[in-house]
Amino acid sequence: MNRLLPRLLLTPAVATLFLWMIVPLVMTIYFSVIRYNLMQPDQTGFIGLENFEYFVTDPSFGTAVMNTLLLLGSVILITVVFGIAIALLINEPFAGRGLVRVLLISPFFVMPTVNALMWKNMMMNPIYGVLAQVWAFFGATPVDWLTDHPLFSIIVMVSWQWLPFATLIFMTSLQSMNREQLEAARMDGATYWQQLRYLYIPHLGRSVAVVVMIELIFLLSVFAEIYTTTGGGPGDASTNVAFLIFKQALLNFDAGVASAGALFAVLLANIAAIFLIRMVGKNLDK
Amino acid sequence: MARQSTYTPAYALRTVGAWAVALLLFFPLGWLLLTAFKTELQAIAIPPELFFTPTLENFHEVQERSDYLHYAWNSVVTSVVSTVLGLAIAAPAAYAMAFFKGKRDKDILMWMLSTKMMPAVGALVPIYVLAQKSHLLDTQLALIIVFTLSNLPIMVWMLYSAFKEIPNEILEAARMDGATLWQEATKVLLPLSLGGFASTGLLCLVLSWNEAFWSLNLSSAQAGTLATLIASYSSPEGLFWAKLSAASLMAIAPIVIFGWFSQKQLVQGLTFGAVK
Repeated sequence: MNRLLPRLLLTPAVATLFLWMIVPLVMTIYFSVIRYNLMQPDQTGFIGLENFEYFVTDPSFGTAVMNTLLLLGSVILITVVFGIAIALLINEPFAGRGLVRVLLISPFFVMPTVNALMWKNMMMNPIYGVLAQVWAFFGATPVDWLTDHPLFSIIVMVSWQWLPFATLIFMTSLQSMNREQLEAARMDGATYWQQLRYLYIPHLGRSVAVVVMIELIFLLSVFAEIYTTTGGGPGDASTNVAFLIFKQALLNFDAGVASAGALFAVLLANIAAIFLIRMVGKNLDK
Repeated sequence: MARQSTYTPAYALRTVGAWAVALLLFFPLGWLLLTAFKTELQAIAIPPELFFTPTLENFHEVQERSDYLHYAWNSVVTSVVSTVLGLAIAAPAAYAMAFFKGKRDKDILMWMLSTKMMPAVGALVPIYVLAQKSHLLDTQLALIIVFTLSNLPIMVWMLYSAFKEIPNEILEAARMDGATLWQEATKVLLPLSLGGFASTGLLCLVLSWNEAFWSLNLSSAQAGTLATLIASYSSPEGLFWAKLSAASLMAIAPIVIFGWFSQKQLVQGLTFGAVK
């Protein structure tokens, strides 16, 4: 009984997740080795690794991989650095702290599609956008953000969404710091930089791991922001792997190539997962 | 040690700095809020108009043009049902791993998380084909199933860490007193981990409400959620900014306000108990 019960309780979650993983995976593997274009339903049959070859030699492929990594790296870096800075800023009491917290957390709850459209139209529009107005005010030529710096624009949108998340977690972590230790360090005349270097930053290590882990999971598959703003363009300038597969599947109707791409995404995700398991394992085991 | 540091220059500086950062980050949302109450002409005025007579016209038009309430209802149904369903599947699993320690618990947890690592797009073609074959395309049921499964790993993790906080002795004591499994779960476990349940449910509600990838690809007019509605504004006709803002505001307001009230629980849960 005592052995059966936990297994019984685990079964629904494990079974559904297993199906959720294995059924699409097997189908994807099957689709990836046949000719399967929704526009040419009469042309089918086994074609071996041709889809993979097509996907990997696609000129967009290299760009998409680079963009995925750039997006991931920049957003994580931006949110961790600024998140820590803001968390340190609001860690001590000040007037209106509750309201400031509400304002700071808000972007996290905004739907990615709304986030993207808002930045695209109201912030980054080269004529009417707020940024253009600010640029014009200082006598500079307004920038056409989404056309001239598409990937950067996406990074801004995604960072804006995830910065509150990072801030909140760092803030929570700072609240748990040993106050006596801090007081003692201050009494002994430690400068703010010394406190930062030897007390705050080491204490935040664990929460940095948590932030990186969660962001990695969600940022590998950024989609809505690209779909609603640049459509991956101009050219492939803002196409990531997720969007490239989507383009193959639903815009080129080539399910075979899309499936080959999907398997590549699985590979990429697994590499990230291995990296993650090491990092999280180290940090969460304590 | 009381705070003797109140009203020092550092305090003033911190107040100003924190407010400046907060307002800067909130600015795009504040701007959206203003624009929603402008006329189309005011919305694109140069220089921008800060003082104007607010109008509700945009909200009426959004409802009339695309039946906002229909999409909002789909959002409510899909996110609430998938959250409840997810909690019902995740809680027993989390309970089993937290209180009956097995050798492979850590592996199972990591494996679950790894299913979340695979970009949704990787499963798009098969799921689309399956939905099509089973006539579930553009139904609420399809979205509910997909939302539940894609949130499940996170739910198990969060509940697992919430349960880990509860000392095993309390549950053992209940069992000694002859509590059945059901009594143990509802009378002891649930009250003690209410915060964990709340934060897990909250996060999944937010994630499902904001989910765009599956809603865009598996649903359209019938089962479309607010994310689908908003994406339809990305076409050139979406250049009516005031209406776009009104529609956006109506799409995000419920969940943002909800988020304001629940941020404390959310943070606790989000960190998987790793950050206290």
